Amino acid sequence: MIPKTHQLEPRNWVATHADYLYAYALARINDEEQAKDLLQETFLAALQKADNFEGKSSERTWLTAILKYKIIDIYRKKSSGLVVYADVQRAEQEQSDFFEPEYGHWTKEHAPKSFGIDDHDPLVNKEFNSILQKCMQKLPALWLSVFTMKHMDDETTDVICSELKVTQSNFWVIIHRAKLNLRACLQKNWI
Amino acid sequence: MVTLKKIQNNCHKATFLIEKKLIGKITLREKIELKIHLIGCGICRTYQKQTIRISQMVRQLFSDSANAEKHLDDTFKKDMQHRIEDELDKK
Repeated sequence: MIPKTHQLEPRNWVATHADYLYAYALARINDEEQAKDLLQETFLAALQKADNFEGKSSERTWLTAILKYKIIDIYRKKSSGLVVYADVQRAEQEQSDFFEPEYGHWTKEHAPKSFGIDDHDPLVNKEFNSILQKCMQKLPALWLSVFTMKHMDDETTDVICSELKVTQSNFWVIIHRAKLNLRACLQKNWI
Repeated sequence: MVTLKKIQNNCHKATFLIEKKLIGKITLREKIELKIHLIGCGICRTYQKQTIRISQMVRQLFSDSANAEKHLDDTFKKDMQHRIEDELDKK
């Protein structure tokens, strides 16, 4: 049996894939203008690469892979440089008094308390989601990139570490710290 | 006794292990340490419940937003269409 090969039809890309790819980008970078730019770049890059398309994957899968690569590139740019360092320092400062210095016990002030996070009311959830989004945006770019790649695309730890150039041990520290700040932010804002 | 006390009181380490266990693997020794800690620490039990829930909500949020019908405006689409056609005609 001859495997089915896929064809590219660039003249239909906008009609067929633009909304899908836009939603894909927006979910990952949360910036409408940047998502639009990425979409344009993706289509133009795809045209350049069209001759290399082997038809092994569907047109949409192929376009999404190009877009994804561009998104990771943005993560990488956002997560390097001096500004980022200050960003991370600020976030680390935020959690510096979460635990007692000697044995690492929670401090009274920051100990987790129940705050109705188990509420399943869809209306309440909607409100909760907007707080969740705001709290995520407060995370340093590198932490958010690691966190997003893990929770949205379920990338393996190895892939995330090599794409974002973090060590395995640093990866776990980032996951832990991101979660500590995120949870604290939710508790603070959800009452 | 010092080590046991360290395990019992170290919420910083316990929350680290909770996070690591949630998306990766922890060693048998770490599992036992965490278990001992959680038996004695209600605060970290609360933390564990909440952090599992937060991960679920984050995943849900991401999949909702990826599936949301986000529609681009027509002007943008038309521009994009023109650009693609221009590029194709150049070839």
